[in-house]
Amino acid sequence: MDSIEPKILQPEGAAPLEKADPAIYPPDEAVAAPAEIFEEPLVTTQEEERISIASNWTLVWWRFRKNVLAVVSTVILLFLAIVVLIPDFFATMDPEETNARLAFIPVQRIHWLDEGQLKPWVPSVVGKRDPVTLAMKWTTDETQKTYIRFFGTSWSYSVLGVFDSNIHLVSAAKVDQADDDLAAQIFLLGTDRLGRDQWSRLAFATQISMTIGMISVIVSVVLGLLLGGISGYFGGWIDNIIQRLIELLQSLPTIPIWLALTAALPRTWSPEKVFFAITIILALRGWTTLGREVRGRFLSLREEDFVLAAELGGASQARIIVKHMIPTFTSHIIATSTLAIPVMIVTETSLSFLGLGMRPPAISWGVMLQEAQNIQTLALAPWLLFPGLIVIVAVLAFNLVGDGLRDAADPYSH
Amino acid sequence: MSDGLPPRVPKADAAGKSPLLEVRHLKKYFPIYKGVLRKLVNQVRAVDDVSLFVREGETLGLVGESGCGKTTVSRCILRAIDPTSGEILFREADDKVTNLAALDRSELRRFRPQMQMIFQDPFGSLNPRMTIFEIVSEPLYVNGMRSKTEREDHVAELLRLVGLRTEYMARYPHAFSGGQRQRIGIARALALNPRLVVADEPVSALDVSVQAQVLNLMLDLQQKLNLTYLFVAHDLSVVKHISDRVCVMYVGKLVEMATTEELFQAPRHPYTAALMMAVPRPDPSSRDIIQDLPGEVASPANPPSGCYFHPRCQFATEVCRTQTPELREITPDHFVSCHRAEELHLAGIKVNQETQI
Amino acid sequence: MVTQTHPLVKPAGDLTREPLLRVEDLKAYFFMDEGIVRAVDGVSFDVMPGKVVGIVGESGCGKSVTMKAILQILEAGAKIVNGKVTLRSRIHHGDPNSAEELIELTHLHPNSRQMRRIRGAEIALIPQEPMAAFSPVHTVGNQIMETILLHQDVSKKEARRIAIDVFRAVGISMPEQRIDSYSWQLSGGLRQRAIIAMALSCNPRLLIADEPTTAIDVTTQAQILKLLRKLQEERQTSIIFITHDLGVIAQMADEVVVMYLGMVMEKGSAMKIFKDAQHPYTQALLRSIPSVQSHPRVKLPTIAGSIAHPFNRPKGCPFHPRCTHFMRGVCDASQPHLVEVDEDHFVSCFLYSEADGTKKMNKTDAAPAKEESL
Repeated sequence: MDSIEPKILQPEGAAPLEKADPAIYPPDEAVAAPAEIFEEPLVTTQEEERISIASNWTLVWWRFRKNVLAVVSTVILLFLAIVVLIPDFFATMDPEETNARLAFIPVQRIHWLDEGQLKPWVPSVVGKRDPVTLAMKWTTDETQKTYIRFFGTSWSYSVLGVFDSNIHLVSAAKVDQADDDLAAQIFLLGTDRLGRDQWSRLAFATQISMTIGMISVIVSVVLGLLLGGISGYFGGWIDNIIQRLIELLQSLPTIPIWLALTAALPRTWSPEKVFFAITIILALRGWTTLGREVRGRFLSLREEDFVLAAELGGASQARIIVKHMIPTFTSHIIATSTLAIPVMIVTETSLSFLGLGMRPPAISWGVMLQEAQNIQTLALAPWLLFPGLIVIVAVLAFNLVGDGLRDAADPYSH
Repeated sequence: MSDGLPPRVPKADAAGKSPLLEVRHLKKYFPIYKGVLRKLVNQVRAVDDVSLFVREGETLGLVGESGCGKTTVSRCILRAIDPTSGEILFREADDKVTNLAALDRSELRRFRPQMQMIFQDPFGSLNPRMTIFEIVSEPLYVNGMRSKTEREDHVAELLRLVGLRTEYMARYPHAFSGGQRQRIGIARALALNPRLVVADEPVSALDVSVQAQVLNLMLDLQQKLNLTYLFVAHDLSVVKHISDRVCVMYVGKLVEMATTEELFQAPRHPYTAALMMAVPRPDPSSRDIIQDLPGEVASPANPPSGCYFHPRCQFATEVCRTQTPELREITPDHFVSCHRAEELHLAGIKVNQETQI
Repeated sequence: MVTQTHPLVKPAGDLTREPLLRVEDLKAYFFMDEGIVRAVDGVSFDVMPGKVVGIVGESGCGKSVTMKAILQILEAGAKIVNGKVTLRSRIHHGDPNSAEELIELTHLHPNSRQMRRIRGAEIALIPQEPMAAFSPVHTVGNQIMETILLHQDVSKKEARRIAIDVFRAVGISMPEQRIDSYSWQLSGGLRQRAIIAMALSCNPRLLIADEPTTAIDVTTQAQILKLLRKLQEERQTSIIFITHDLGVIAQMADEVVVMYLGMVMEKGSAMKIFKDAQHPYTQALLRSIPSVQSHPRVKLPTIAGSIAHPFNRPKGCPFHPRCTHFMRGVCDASQPHLVEVDEDHFVSCFLYSEADGTKKMNKTDAAPAKEESL
């Protein structure tokens, strides 16, 4: 196609071919207007009006929402975000509570209907010890139904430190019975070697793993913006130093460095300390890519005509940076950061899986996957792999959202 | 710096005033570094000793082929880039003359409102993330107009001035066509009541049918607001259309400066004549008139000896190969840098009455 | 293959009166998420042997899409939805005395062997950006030889000789040395000449020049235009010359097709278009361009408004919102058809009677726009 003017974005479903007709009559252009120019008052369709006053973010949103995969992924991420904020709401029991007698309980399948009515239940599990191996063998007893209750009350927890609640998403209907009554407990994702409920552990692992990913990306973004911005805006020797530093950091072999750093964390540190140490370790290298990108943006933006125009208009350097340069690449930075989160999550998971990241009693996806480290366990209790599936879903969702954002980030590119 | 100048000191205009802007011996060299140690190996002489002046209320056209340094001259004048050497003398409303080339960034800000720019690219010159109101009112805001209603009134007036509806204020640039955006750019340039407007190829990115609108608008505004234009373009027909006087540049040097009529009808520099003859005219019966100029534009990193034009000049003699000609005023208001300017009689372009209808 | 090979055209008779290429009611649309862009909507013209057809128009007029549709190199998302492009092709490409056949290009698959043979051997393209047209990692000569070897049954040595010959023909000095240089070692003018040499290397009968001088300076442009004219006269090559520059068209074209938003507004000989334009758009366009021959500082008559986006093409005549002769209820109601107002001079405008091409009386009948002097 030859060089037509950049297309005004048409939001979804618009079919402006015929109906936008009056809008294209140029009402007021001509300076030396020919004698009998066809005069039409300024009538624009609502559609056109809507587009012409749409800000950059509106245009980004219009483009983003056309991307079905990205929108679905956003919903998934929003759900995960709620889990991160209030894992207790989702948990059915204390994630750290061990009970060796309840080890390796398999997944209980949820039945939604009971005698033709919507009344979800799970079959109770019945344990029988193998007389030869002395191992517990769990079978489900379809006749013994444990009904599931939604939004029932149980132990009390704090919601974001603001108020306390004791409502839980799911719980067994018979809560008043004794702890070891199996009929009063549900194990939606089975239990592990120590009889801990996987479902509840997963809720808390999601909190830790996602938070590590996000916080290390936030630290990366701050470092990247700051150092990349300084590098790109001031140039000269300071740019040279920062660029060499980035090159040095990027040339370090990551896995050994991470291994060394995390292995150096004192065993005596509390899980919280380890947690922050790991986010910092991840961010220390993570900022380099972003720093490069920010620097490149600054360099190319310095050459933009509208930046020069602002300078000629008398705008100060600070105003040019804040009003013209940063808004121009914010959407790109958000997209790049979103794409960086899954890398952090995978790294944390890998480190923890190898026993070098988060350590029990802290729970993260990687820590949970540690339970699934040998083939015997896997053969015996394949449900222990379930956290891996969640990692895949979360990473995919972040990548799809990031890709969608990146594509939508510059509505003016087409 | 007035040593070599005497014959070139621009004459006062009719009102007895010195020119609004005078550029003396402007040079801009871009260094070329090589190797790890960034050793200076060569320099690109983008602007090589250019002197020109612009009288108040007139349009000075600055024309030349790509790489001739015309854009660099205009950006040096606005101090968007810093000249290597030379003087840029600007006369303020109180007749005080200041050398802009000697000012630092903070001193320069006082002069910014008086010199504004119209850009070539109607898309890159407007921040796509700002509304028309924000774009046009920004110079007002940063220069102290804090009241929003006052700014709105001002912007509305500016939009009317450039022929746009005031209802457009809330819109973003993406809602506008190339020609409309160029009008917005002009409104922004006029926001601070500048005395000098530097227009860098303001119509070359526009469609043919829209160019005339913008040119007419610029002529209109000049009359209404007594603006002074420095109009930079590669298109001779556009430059001829808008300029009172025209400068022709070749490889960083000014080769000729004269009133538009005189320059087009009786060029004194062989390059000017060749340039005019090469312009394709929208007239099929003129096919035999169009002549090409052999050879190619010299590189400003490695210019020829003597007169930079001599390898392509059919009138070149020995002196052209060895000596660089100085810009001289050979008839009143007609400046040429050619050793043989007096003896050459070059063909110009006759005004075609017929095409005027 | 869906090739429709017509009976051979007998070489007897006056072939110069048969068009080399005939484009009939060509429509090429872009299918996008937001809807359909009718980039080319019913374009017809003939290219006679040895003639230069200039297609002129502003942005969005579809001139480049027309070119791409003829060569079948439309980008993804664009499709030819209607029309016929018929080429009088030589059976033995490159042989001037070869027998001919009529090939409907629109029936060939874009990637078919036959289409690929026609591109380069029968129709060659001179692109706008000479820098992008050559690969920077091969010498210019190797790239030209590759084209020759692809289309002609010659040895490598022979191909090199042909390449040097065309280099000489396009006025490159020291062709034996220059042929071994890389494109980035050549100056802009030389690069443009090398591109022309590549296009000519297989002796095509039709050249399509897509804004070949837009990226170069005016003195070099004059050289290239002169060269193209010389080559065209010597070799009797037909050229489709696409540009937005009316000056260049006036210098180059025998026949002119004026396009606006995907449609032909007017077509005829260059003399008729430039000296006796009939369509209000052509007339206004010619009046509104500044010329080196006009008086300085005289206001030009303008065309009001701006070009609609091809996506929002006005109904009826696409030019009607900007036209001084606009007739309510006529021009915005239906599309005008091309009518012959004079011998081989076609106009698509409701001012002209479809029956006999005479001008209808109209209340807004052209009063020449007044000059305003400053």
